[in-house]
Amino acid sequence: MTVMVDIRSVHKSFGSLEVLKGIDLSVRTGEVTVVLGPSGSGKSTLLRTINHLEKVDRGAISVDGALIGYRRSGDKLHELPEREVLRQRTRIGFVFQNFNLFPHLTVLDNVIEAPVSALKRPRAEAVESAHRLLKRVGLADKADAYPRQLSGGQQQRVAIARALALEPKLLLFDEPTSALDPELVGEVLDVIRDLAHRGTTMIVVTHEIGFAREVADTVVFMDDGRIVEQGPPGEVLERPREERTRLFLSKVL
Amino acid sequence: MSSDALAKAPAAPDIPEHADTLRIVPHRRLGQWAAAVAVLVLLGVAVNSVLRNEAFQWDVVADYFTSASVLRGLWLTLWLTAVVMALGFALGALLAAARLSANPVLRSVSWGYVWLFRSIPILVQLLLWFNIGALYPQLFGVRTVNLLTPIAVAIVGLTLHEAAYAAEVVRGGILSIDRGQIEAAQALGLSRWRRWWRIVLPQAMRSIVPPAGNMLIGTLKGTSIVSVIAVQDLLFSVQLVYHRTYQVIPLLMVATVWYTIVTSVLSVGQYHVEKYYARGAERTR
Repeated sequence: MTVMVDIRSVHKSFGSLEVLKGIDLSVRTGEVTVVLGPSGSGKSTLLRTINHLEKVDRGAISVDGALIGYRRSGDKLHELPEREVLRQRTRIGFVFQNFNLFPHLTVLDNVIEAPVSALKRPRAEAVESAHRLLKRVGLADKADAYPRQLSGGQQQRVAIARALALEPKLLLFDEPTSALDPELVGEVLDVIRDLAHRGTTMIVVTHEIGFAREVADTVVFMDDGRIVEQGPPGEVLERPREERTRLFLSKVL
Repeated sequence: MSSDALAKAPAAPDIPEHADTLRIVPHRRLGQWAAAVAVLVLLGVAVNSVLRNEAFQWDVVADYFTSASVLRGLWLTLWLTAVVMALGFALGALLAAARLSANPVLRSVSWGYVWLFRSIPILVQLLLWFNIGALYPQLFGVRTVNLLTPIAVAIVGLTLHEAAYAAEVVRGGILSIDRGQIEAAQALGLSRWRRWWRIVLPQAMRSIVPPAGNMLIGTLKGTSIVSVIAVQDLLFSVQLVYHRTYQVIPLLMVATVWYTIVTSVLSVGQYHVEKYYARGAERTR
């Protein structure tokens, strides 16, 4: 199996606070990796470095064989111009905790914005594929609605459709259900589960242990800026080797 | 306690068996009524005195209201306002972008500009530009007095003044946007230009339009200050007439009524522009 994401020795600090203290992680094509860990463990920051929303201080990340945000020559990493970074991002879908839909655009316009303006797809083609995606996330009848007219769960499903519209090779989810009322969590997880069954490569930061157990190929447990342990859910969640993992699981289960 | 037991429990003494048959009587607000009557009486007295005071000379007002010189002055006021608003906001948007940029030099210069031009009264500024020939007798190889005609001084002075305020209005609008909006646009690979025009600006307009509407109306009336440098705007046109005829009050009324009419039209326009930019803001359609 080929490697989709390769993260090597990634360090990141905000001021004097080091939030990533040397992360190494590989994600294979077609697999679902779920990242667990307490608040402030660095899991969201790690996710944001993968599409260069956060710049790393040291280390390197590659997605589908290409270095993210940099060009290497010899022992130096040269920062890429913004245009190049934006082009790389069109191959990586990102779903935010707070959805971040554009409130002044209709659902349809939210979904076709990036294909039309970043990938220069013909509008008619983008609209057609947007309708297909909205149908897939169960919102075929909401194309003309504005985001604020939808429930949180519906908004997050639109955000997933918007990310899928770029036909990304990799999907990143940053706590996709944490801002939702409990009864709306299920509908969003259903959509993500469906994507997993279709073989989409995904990294999901979440607190939903049940979802991790059911869908993940690999579970990664992070604490204090480091990966504490990783492995199949049956091992990490059922028979954790590390005391910190056990302690965390006993609190959230 | 089970719900059954609760239903059978005796009601509180003031609540009868069928509480929904009680009629609710709103409490009387006598003070409000008294205030309303007092204000209406005062208003009536004021309107009556305006209409019946012969010194207003409403017939003279009617005579000059649509006279050629007044209409020429009105036209100048209107286009001067439009030009100053357009140039002022264009420069203001650039200043706001500079102030929010990562470049410390641009940030400082923008801050300094706003500080300077908000500090100088517009009247002082107009007089300074009007007399700039004393400092620089020649500009670009042309005699300054030929280059900076009164109308050019009016445009330059008002625009520089307007831009300082517009910069703050635009900056406030941009700051009102959630950081997540820009991150989402970046994550989708939208170019800097597209992020600005498609995502940031339309949302910022919601908070920009109300103060901008205020500024537009302020500028419309503010242009009357150019009469001090002999630019023939609406005010200067009526002044020219009353310096000749001594009908000061009726001619000032001509200007007053015109300013009121234009302001009303602009307010209606603002209402519709606000409605346009509020799309998507409400939960119901």
